[in-house]
Order: sequence, then structure tokens, then C-alpha cells
Amino acid sequence: MNDSDIKDWDIAKKEIADIGNWKGMFEWVEEPHVSPDGEKIAAVVKTGDMEFGVCENGTPWESVFDKVWYLRFSPDGRLTALVSDAGEWTVAVDGQTWESRFEFVWNTKFSRDGSGIAVAAQNGRQYFAAVNDSPWEQTFSDMSNLTLSPDGKSSAASVQTVAFGESDIFKFQEGCYSAALDGKAWDMNFVNVWEMSFSPDHQHLAAEVRLNLYDYTVAVDGIPWEQKFSSVWKPEFSPQDGSVTAPARIGGGWTLVRNGTPLWNSRFVQLWHHRYSPDGKKIAAVVSPHFGRWTVAIDGTAWTHNFGDLVTDLVFSPDGNRIACVGKDDGKWTVSVDGQPWTGGFDMIWRPVFSPDGRRVAAKAEKNGRYTVVIDGQPLKEEFRAVWDPVFSPDGEKILICGIEGSGEKYFRQVMRLADI
Amino acid sequence: MTESALKAESRKISDEGLDKGVEKLTPAKIEQVINSVLANETGARLKVYADTCVHCGLCSEACHFFLSNDRDPSFSPAGKVKQTLWEILKNKGSVSPAFIRRAAEVASTECNLCRRCAMYCPFGIDIAYLMLVIRRICHKLGVMPQYIQTTAHSHSATLNQMWVKEDEWIDSLMWQEDEAREEIPTLRIPLEKEGADIFYSVIGPEPKFRAQLIYQAAVIMNAAGLNWTMPATPGWDNSDMCMYTGDNEMMGRLKKAHFETAMRLKVKRIVMGECGHAFRSIYDMGNRWLSWKMPPIPVTHAIEFYHELLREGKIKIAKKYDKAVTLHDPCNIVRGKGLHEMSRYVVNQTCENLIEMHPNREHNFCCSAGGGVINCGPPFRNKRVEGNKVKAEQLFVAKTKGAKVVIAPCHNCHGGLEDIIHHYGLNMELKFLGDIIYECMEKK
Amino acid sequence: MHTLYNLVSGPLVWLSFLIFIGGSVFRITTMIRLAKEKDTAVFEYMNFYYASRSIVHWIVPFGSENMKKHPAMTVVTFAFHICLICLPLFVFAHVILWKESWNISWWYLSDSVADLMTLTVIGSCIFFLVRRLTVPEVKYLTSNSDFVILALVAAPFVTGFWAYHQLPAYRLMGILHILSGEIMLAAIPFTRLSHALFFLFTRGYMGSEFGAVKNAKDW
Repeated sequence: MNDSDIKDWDIAKKEIADIGNWKGMFEWVEEPHVSPDGEKIAAVVKTGDMEFGVCENGTPWESVFDKVWYLRFSPDGRLTALVSDAGEWTVAVDGQTWESRFEFVWNTKFSRDGSGIAVAAQNGRQYFAAVNDSPWEQTFSDMSNLTLSPDGKSSAASVQTVAFGESDIFKFQEGCYSAALDGKAWDMNFVNVWEMSFSPDHQHLAAEVRLNLYDYTVAVDGIPWEQKFSSVWKPEFSPQDGSVTAPARIGGGWTLVRNGTPLWNSRFVQLWHHRYSPDGKKIAAVVSPHFGRWTVAIDGTAWTHNFGDLVTDLVFSPDGNRIACVGKDDGKWTVSVDGQPWTGGFDMIWRPVFSPDGRRVAAKAEKNGRYTVVIDGQPLKEEFRAVWDPVFSPDGEKILICGIEGSGEKYFRQVMRLADI
Repeated sequence: MTESALKAESRKISDEGLDKGVEKLTPAKIEQVINSVLANETGARLKVYADTCVHCGLCSEACHFFLSNDRDPSFSPAGKVKQTLWEILKNKGSVSPAFIRRAAEVASTECNLCRRCAMYCPFGIDIAYLMLVIRRICHKLGVMPQYIQTTAHSHSATLNQMWVKEDEWIDSLMWQEDEAREEIPTLRIPLEKEGADIFYSVIGPEPKFRAQLIYQAAVIMNAAGLNWTMPATPGWDNSDMCMYTGDNEMMGRLKKAHFETAMRLKVKRIVMGECGHAFRSIYDMGNRWLSWKMPPIPVTHAIEFYHELLREGKIKIAKKYDKAVTLHDPCNIVRGKGLHEMSRYVVNQTCENLIEMHPNREHNFCCSAGGGVINCGPPFRNKRVEGNKVKAEQLFVAKTKGAKVVIAPCHNCHGGLEDIIHHYGLNMELKFLGDIIYECMEKK
Repeated sequence: MHTLYNLVSGPLVWLSFLIFIGGSVFRITTMIRLAKEKDTAVFEYMNFYYASRSIVHWIVPFGSENMKKHPAMTVVTFAFHICLICLPLFVFAHVILWKESWNISWWYLSDSVADLMTLTVIGSCIFFLVRRLTVPEVKYLTSNSDFVILALVAAPFVTGFWAYHQLPAYRLMGILHILSGEIMLAAIPFTRLSHALFFLFTRGYMGSEFGAVKNAKDW
């Protein structure tokens, strides 16, 4: 959700729905989901015997189904679900099903702006992707790692391209997998193809591959790098020059390599989930500088402060000058911003969110079974039964908090002035 | 030919993975791979273990293979090291393809990595670690029994042990949910529920062959009123045969997928089903390869979980199981996590009569299926079952005392004990703790 | 023979102690350095309490299950190690040497106890030898070097007993006693006798892994 898409920054507090009422309407109500602008709340509901529907802001979808699952709002606020009727599966968007029907459908993916909706699908034991109701023309005997380009214009996945008997270990080792871009498989086969990334213009695709049981590298548009490594993790394209970087294991340690050659001088015990700053000038990654310790490294230099349990959910501020991540130490979760952890641990904390100017950071958190939003390390006074990720206003003055308050089940959308908190 | 070589020859079992694997080897390749593994991947631990062993043979008593094969010294723990690592070190890696074939067979099919010998060696030499080094070398040389290698391939292609495709996994869960709703109409198997307290994780064979275990787990979760979820993506499988083939890179990849699934779902802990080797992989070995000193998201084994539910009264037993039972202690959760008292608590809470086997607890005998041995498949089945006569004897004694049912809270142990019970005509029933709890609990 | 005696009782003593102490320090430090480089995780899991807990169980006779399974071996092993370590330190003749050279002295054993302890070591070595030759699982593991090491350990005690009781050629035996003792001392860091150096580390590490991580006993 782009914060500038939220129109309504002036209403202080608004009750959107009372889930408690829904429980009288349906046999059961599953866990609710909230639209990015906070204006809508929806849940899968049991409408009758072997019959399920979706309730959005108190109004059920007209259609009901045998099964409904994976209810998710797209970044542009459309409500999607995977539904089945009479043994056939499809995607429902705002209550309308796609025309395509599948034997099974799963793994919904959205483009950054929500205009693209992709799913993995299976018909007649053949696998393919479908984007905005258009299935790939080619199908495969297996498929995984479905990936949608950030603009939603292309989709890709790891696919099985050569048939083999499961016990035929030597055939498998010759390479029976490849990546398919918009349904067309690369020419070259690999032993394995795992996670992949699109270039920002969706023209190029890079994937982690295993050439045999021992040599790992990155293949870009089907061509593997000449350099081989004992392992690699997911590659990313530079937004600046289209080069490809990936964490690679060299001589027992991990570093970041670009187009096959080491980019960082430093070696880490672990290095993964590298991200480019929005302008592409900086690269940050989750790293383990010493065995059992975790932190973030920016352009090869690790923060001094580190965590014992884990580091995850690394995010750049929109201007690229700040970095936040989630870290856990001795079982307590917190957020670290530019290497400075928030004090006070939580039972769980969600991916931090930056204000557009990068000055403020907020995150959803849980403590003792209650939820709240933590802003720059300070939890809100209000506690919630449920809360969703906060959103800062474009001017950075306000924050949108969406949650179910107190002991009731009323869902509120609330805009707070940061100065008042 | 020496006596031991003759013996080795007589117990040679043909296996495509081993036979064809060695065909491709040259002495130069062997030497290069061995020395590269020794130089780059081992250090003081291996050296000290090799230098410290005083050849006293006291570890022999620990090994069920040794005890079951009429105390044949080539089956003793140090005897296995002698046939593999000592020779390799003595010859500085210059060994023949035939030697590698035999080494692969010793390390992968004659040792369950059960770590009992580490408790019998006065120096605490970790022979399981040494056998894993041999497996690592064999992996690097491409000499691995076919069946377990197939499983490793499945792990790499699907991130699960059983070639379960993404949709098949979800479909299995929905199917079990449907089945369970026949019994408990409001039951859910919540998929992809972000922020749930518990991610329930299982091993590949559960959706494939033992789907009723998922059903039972769902009934238990439901009765206990827990906030739980299961993922609809790869990463659901906690099992790991790559740990046992020496493919450490894949072991790491599997554990990364598993823990990152837990992180994505924002769960507070992973509760896993009744599996031993998977526990070892996520609690001890896989996490370490990735630099997580301990599991980044806490892992609760089913035994601990049941113990917690019963102790806190979250589930209630309607009527205790009335057949006399005996309890098998799976190595990876007894020597691997000390859960033996908890499992006894659970059995005593749910069963009328527990008849102990001896030795037990940390000193249990392995089922002989663990460490990937059962995954080496039918070619090695007889060796595995005959190599565990002592377990059959233990079971027989329990049976003569009245035990009708063997509880084994581990998948591999089930496989191994099933073969033993059948082979030795013991005619005992095998159950998981989950089976017993499901049968005896109050279901809401 | 006098020159030979001067050599073995002079420079070679220095040399053997130098090799023993220097070699031990060298072996332990190189292993620690190597472990820091290659087995970093080992240090992360080392835990003083659980390491000690395991070590104590294994240095107390019948403190482990396996010791109970092999009572004869347990008794012999403990008697052997106690005598092997105490005898050289507390035998009267050695204490005198310390007194003469450095003017320091301590409690010493009576001759009859020393004799008994010597015979215990020799008897233990015979027991180990017979075990190596007759117990199949031990025989299987035995190589020539094991006999050499056994001889190396037995030699100072046999020769010491011989010389002390002035049996034939006792002067030569006296020299051989000193020499064999020096060889044994020098061999400790560089042969399987180094188990004396590494016992605390290997047992301690396993004790830490079992105790601190795996919540289990290892004895």
C-alpha cells in the first residue's frame, strides 16, 4: 500500500465493523484481514452446511463456495480468495470469480501496486501459473517458487522440464529442472532451481541454481555464471545498473558477489536477504558476523550491535538513509534501527514501517497476548485484541492505526497525530 | 584377503547408488576430495578424536549392531572408525574405490548415528560425528545408497522428503480437515494464519502415508483450544535426509526454509510431530550449519507438547488405555533432548500399565532405523533388522511381562520396530503417543 | 656406563621435560587455535558446569554405566592410572632426586607400598596386553603401535623395579629406567598417550553438549 493512496487522513476514529455481530450471522467467522487503507475488514465465514463465504464490512459476498481459503487484500485494496465450487477451484476477487477453472489453485502473489494477481495452478497433474485470469500456455509436471515481477507484468517459477523416475538418481543429477518465464522454460536444465528475482523492468530473471550436487551458482536468463560456489542464496537485480548480486559461500564463509565476482571484502558466517536501497546505491543484508550472532551489514560493514536468536524483516527507509530490522535475543523480539535496538522486548514484533521522510519507525507488536503499535520504541497507550501494520501519512505527521479494541470485537480505523502521542 | 576383508565381502549388498557411484571414481579424484573435506571442513575435533582414541574397545558394548551380530568387532563403533577414518588418515586420503564403497556402506548402513557410544567411550569421542564426516566424503564422491539419495533429491526439488507437490500438501490438509469434521464439525486446520502461537510441523511421510496423524494432531489442537496454523508453502516439512547423506548445504537450505516459514507466519514456536531425526535436524544440526546456535524459533517436540497439555489440563483423558504398553525411547529425543521422563509422564497419564524395557532412557537401544539407515531402503533391510536382535530381545521380554503394545514416539523408530516385530515374529502392536492420546482423550 | 648415566640423568632429563611440557603446551594451543578457526561452534557450546559434571562421573570409579559393565577393566584402569601418576611423584628415590637438585621435598611412599604400586602398573600392563591379544573387539582395533605404547609405559616400571631390587645387570637397568621414563614423558604429547592431555577437552565437550544442549546424561 502506498501511503499516498489513503485518501482519508482527516477522520480521527471510525468504527468500520463489529465482528461480534458477524458471529450471530454465521456458523463461524475465521481470522479477519484488513485492507491496506484500513477501510475494509473481511473474513472467511461458514454460511451453511459445507458452505463458505466471505464477509466484508458486515456484508457477505453474494456467492458461496464449498471451500474458501487464503483470503487476502491486494495492495490496491481488492479482496481476493481461493475458492472451490463443485470440485473446481478458482480465484475470487471482490466476490467475482475468474473465468479460468483449475483442479487446484494456491500461492496468491500480488504485484507491488496490486494490479497483478498471480496464482499457482494445477490441471490434470500439470502445473502452471495464472496471472489476472490468464493461465500460462505451457504446463509442467511440477512447479514451485512462483514469482511475480514487481510490476505484475511477468511471472516465473521453477519447473520440472525432464521426466524422471523418482528412484533414478543419475537421471535426476543430469538436471531435470529449469525456470520458466511467463510459461516458457529456459533452454538449459539444472539439477535444482530455487528462488528467483525479476529485474525492475521485468525483462530479466535471475535464479539460484545447482549445476550438480555440489556446485551452486546464479543463472541469469538461463545462463549460469561461470563462477561456482558451494552454496548461494536468492539473487537480486541492482535497480541502478541491472547487475545481479547474490550471497555466495566461498571457502566456508559467506560474502556478496556481483555477476559472479565478490563485491564485498568481508566474510560472514552467514549472509542472506540482501536488499537494495530504493535508489540502488546501498546494499544491506542480514548477516552473522560470528557463530550464533546476527546483525545487519551495509555495503559489507556490520552493525556493532547484534542479536543472539535471529534477525529478519530488513527494510530501508524510502530515502535509503536508514535501515530497520526485526531482531530477537533470549526469546524477546524487538526492532533495531540503524543498529540501535528499541528497549523492552516483545513476544512478537512485525516488520517495521518507515515514515515517508524516514524519520519515524513504527511496528505492530504483541506482549502478553495483547497487541499494540510501537512508534520509535514507544508503545501506544492503547492495547488491542488485534492490530494491523501501521501506515504513516505522506507528510509524516499522522499515523493510521487499525485494530480491534478492548474486550469487544469492534474494528476501528484511527488516524492519530504523532505529535499527540 | 584378510579375514575382515573376507567378512566385508560376504556382507556386500548390491546397491545402484553405491555400485554405479564408485564406477566413476579414480584414485586421484578420491584423494583430492578426501583431502579437501579434511582440510576445509574438519579441524581440531576430528584430529583430537583420532589421536585420543586409545583403541580400548570399550565403546563396543554400546552398539546394537555389535551386540546383535555375535559381538563381531567390525560392527563395533571404533571398529567402524578403523575401517573408514583411520585408514583414510593413515593413507592420507589415498584409498581405492572399493574402499570408498565399503566406507559408504559402513557409515550409512551400519551406524545409526545414535550417539550411544559417546556415552560408553571414556573420552566422549563422538563417533556419530566421525561417521558423518565419512558420509560427507561419500556424498562429495557421489557414492551414496540409492534410496536415501533419492530422498535427498526429493528434499532438494520439493523441500520435502516424499516428492509431495505444493498442491498435494495443501490438498492433504484439506482432506484431513474434511475427515475430521465428520467427527468434530467445527474443527479447522488453519492454513497460513499469520500471528498464530503455534506452527505445527510434520515430516514428509505424514501427508503421504500417515495422514491420520495430521487428523489426530488437529483434534488435539482443537480440544486444547490452541491458536495454531500450518503453512501452505514448502517449508512445512521438518525432516531432513540431507543431514544424513552428508549434503550439508541442502540440510541448511531445508532448515532455512523451515524456520523462515515460521518467521513469516510470525508464530511463537514450532510444535513438531513425533519424529526423532527431524528434531535433531532442527534443534541440533541444521540450525548450526546456518549459524543459529539454537533454533531461532523455539521448537517443541510432540512429547514435550503432550506433556504440557496434560500437565496443564488442556486436554483431559476420558479413559486410560487399558492394554499393557511398553515404551521405546527414540535416540534423537532422549540422548538428543532428554525427553524420556516426559514421555513416561505422558504414558502414565494415558495408559493403565507401562512395562519398561531395559536398558532404557539415555541408555536405550536404537531402533536401528535411525540415522538414515532405514532410508537406505530394502537392500539393507535384513542387515538392519538382524543388526538389532537386542531390540527384539528387549521387546520379547516386555511381551512376556504382558506388554501388548509398543509406543514409539518417532517415525523412523516406527519403521524400524515394525520390521523387527515382523521379522522376529513378536506380534506386538505399534503406536504413536498421539494415537493413544487421540483414542483416550475427551474430544470437544 | 658412567658417561651414559650422566647423559640420561642430566641433559636428557631436561630434554624430556622440555619436550613433555613444551610439546603439551604446543599440542593444546595448536588444537585450540585450530578449533577456533575450524570448529568455532565447539567453544559456543562448552559449558563449565556440564563439562565438570561429566568429567567427575568419568574420573570416579564406577561412575558410568560402562564401567559397571566391565568391573575388572574398571578396577585395573583406575589402579593403573593412579599408580602410574602417583608412583613417579612420590617414590622415595625420586623425592630424593628433587631434594638433591632443587632442595625441595615432599611426602614419599614407603618402599613396600611403592613396590606394590609398581607391580600394579606392571600387572595392569599385562592385563591390557592380554586384553589386546584375546578380546576380539580390542584385538580388532589393535595395531603394532599399541604394543609399542604399552611397552613404553611398562618399561620404566619394569626397569625401576629391576634396578631397585638389584637384580642382575641392575646398573644398566637403572640407566634404562631413567631413559625409558624420559622417552615415555616425551612421547605423551605426540602419541596416543596424549589422551592424558585431551581427556578434559573431549569429555568436557561431550558433557557440555549432552548436558547444556541435549538435557541428557553422558555416563
